[in-house]
Amino acid sequence: MYLNQFLLLAAVLFCLGVYGVLSRKNAVLVLMSIELMLNAVNINLIAFGAFRDNVIGQVFSLFVIAIAAAEVGVGLAIVLLIFRNRADIDLDELAQMKG
Amino acid sequence: MLDNAWLIPLIPAVSFVIILFFGSRLPKKGAEVGILSLGAAFVLSLLCAVEWIGKHVPRHPVHRHTTWFEIGGVDIGVGMFVDGLTVMMLVVVTFISLMVHVYSTGYMHGDRRYTYFFAALSLFTSAMLLLVVADNTLQLMIGWELVGLCSFMLIGHWWEEGVNSSAAIKAFITTRTGDIGLMTGIIVLFFAAGSNFDIEHLNHEALTGGIGHGTLLVGAGLLFLGVMGKSAQFPLHVWLPDAMAGPTPVSALIHAATMVVAGVYLVARLYGVFFSGFSIEAGGINLMAVIGAMTVIIAALLAFVQDDVKKVLAYSTVSQLGYMIMALGVGAWTAAVFHLFTHAFFKALLFLGSGSLIHAVHTNNMSEMGGLRKHMPTTFWTFMIGSVALAGIFPLAGFWSKDEILLGALEDGFPIMLVVGLMGAFMTAAYMTRACYLIFAGEYRGHGHPHESPPSMAWPLRILAVPAVLAGLLNAPGIGLFHGWVEFEVEGVPHFLELHEFNPVLAGGSLVVALLGIAAASAYYYRGALNGLGTRVPILMTVHRTIVNKYYLDHLFLGIIRGIQYPLAKAAYWVNQNILDGVVNGVGKAAQRTAQVTYDVIDQRVIDGAVNGAGLSADEGGSILRRLQTGRVQQYAALLFGAVAVLAMGLVAFT
Repeated sequence: MYLNQFLLLAAVLFCLGVYGVLSRKNAVLVLMSIELMLNAVNINLIAFGAFRDNVIGQVFSLFVIAIAAAEVGVGLAIVLLIFRNRADIDLDELAQMKG
Repeated sequence: MLDNAWLIPLIPAVSFVIILFFGSRLPKKGAEVGILSLGAAFVLSLLCAVEWIGKHVPRHPVHRHTTWFEIGGVDIGVGMFVDGLTVMMLVVVTFISLMVHVYSTGYMHGDRRYTYFFAALSLFTSAMLLLVVADNTLQLMIGWELVGLCSFMLIGHWWEEGVNSSAAIKAFITTRTGDIGLMTGIIVLFFAAGSNFDIEHLNHEALTGGIGHGTLLVGAGLLFLGVMGKSAQFPLHVWLPDAMAGPTPVSALIHAATMVVAGVYLVARLYGVFFSGFSIEAGGINLMAVIGAMTVIIAALLAFVQDDVKKVLAYSTVSQLGYMIMALGVGAWTAAVFHLFTHAFFKALLFLGSGSLIHAVHTNNMSEMGGLRKHMPTTFWTFMIGSVALAGIFPLAGFWSKDEILLGALEDGFPIMLVVGLMGAFMTAAYMTRACYLIFAGEYRGHGHPHESPPSMAWPLRILAVPAVLAGLLNAPGIGLFHGWVEFEVEGVPHFLELHEFNPVLAGGSLVVALLGIAAASAYYYRGALNGLGTRVPILMTVHRTIVNKYYLDHLFLGIIRGIQYPLAKAAYWVNQNILDGVVNGVGKAAQRTAQVTYDVIDQRVIDGAVNGAGLSADEGGSILRRLQTGRVQQYAALLFGAVAVLAMGLVAFT
């Protein structure tokens, strides 16, 4: 067991997340990709914690999970409202905040 | 109970949450929760007072502190510091707030945001109590800002009308302006006292010379800026009269117990800092005394020309707060605190009385009242008691406390402040006479049928009238209990506040001045009453017309004089037109030319150029930057990730 393996896994997961956030049109899928990125971070935290015999890594990842749950709750609520107003959640069409 | 005084701010805070979430489902729409919690808080405050008074002299304050968290060795905590001043404030705030709660059930009956109103009242009281028990400046500031927020919410309670919401915003922003000073002042003192927020410690350091005088002056001056905003001192007093846009019970609460007295309380609580910072002991002139004195006069003058009954009272509060600040400025600490104590009762009484009037006649304008004595006997009597107490007539509350302030100014070597105080006493008595005359005397000038208010409004008035009469006796000569109860002590510092012997000559003098004020005002306004009478009775009409025309003496004199005067006037006119006007016009032309040159060169080219240049550059910068803002979330995210990637690469490359 090497630390590198975990870090590599996390990096791959994170890159997948970034790709999803940047390329997906559907807002729900963008939210899911954000979750991927958060979980990549969690893997990093737990891996470092386990390899350095430190419990703080796990504590932090628990915090991240809790906050991610709240964030998804808010995000989905926003998406729901947008859908009700426009019958569409395509992010490319959502450009009213244009300067 | 003293050890658990922290319960007192907690009770209204809990009631705020309960009213907010469950209030509208309760049978009385949340009002009962507010009244019960304030009743409990008042009883607990009274228990505190009894325990404090029963302590062995010298009474040691109760100080409890819990660390919330520590950061860099600095202790950030919550705590309570209870001494005589705190206990006095606890009793006053909870009592006035209880009265206002009961009164509001009548006054706000059927309001569209009834429950919300009671929730905000509870939070308001809780915030003020939090401020009062605070043992460190950070906690004090949290309470201070919460009080400001609640006043904003309550002044703008009827926000559907633009006037009300702008009044709320004005109050908020004006006090915030002062709060910048408060915040920087707290920071300055924090570093000066060795990274410490503790109020007792600050006072101790300030009085024993632990903080340099220059730093202390800066700190006290900055804090005083906050006080000027909150306690409506000139020139930041502008928000208080506008704050009358809120419901009347709120005005009573703001003026008597919460909000505006917070500033006075802050000075009293941190008096060591102000005392040494402004070198009050040395006598002479200091910022606090001067601002206070200016406020007394300016506000009292304004009170004369108001038609809105609440605005008269508002300016009166500003003026009385000026008294308190002036008293603190001259070193008369006990007098200031005592005036705060008595003023709370009679000003709450007056405001609730004016609310009762407004409730009956549906207008704030005194020109549409008049003759209400017959229609509203309870309101009349209680309002008169409040007015007489405010005017400072023996033996009501205002007499004793105002007299102590004057005494302090005299004995501590501030003769100007004594004169200002006496002038203020004269004007206070006069404008209250005017207000009472316009409201209660003569005939009813409005429309509709005024009626006495319901018992829920009349009883608070009756109850408040009792302390408005008796509160002053607590510190009267021969009794003199009050100063012993509240006296300001800092551990390890010899007693520095002097108490002065009662001076019968000065007390008599101030009473005479106040009576003169009443006499002058009634002479003026009752003559006005004769005029009104003269337009109705035929014989009197002739007399009246004669008086208006100054007995036709002018016509007589004009006839005689015209024969001599006319040629003289003609000659004078020629001199005026040809000689004097020539000089004046010449000067005028020269000034005009200079102005024209200044305008063309300096204003148009230099100043406008700079202003327009600034505008243009911002405009062009904006039009370049707006292209970045496409409104597409993913593009932003791409920029963000790209930037992070560049930074990460930089980090790897350079380390």
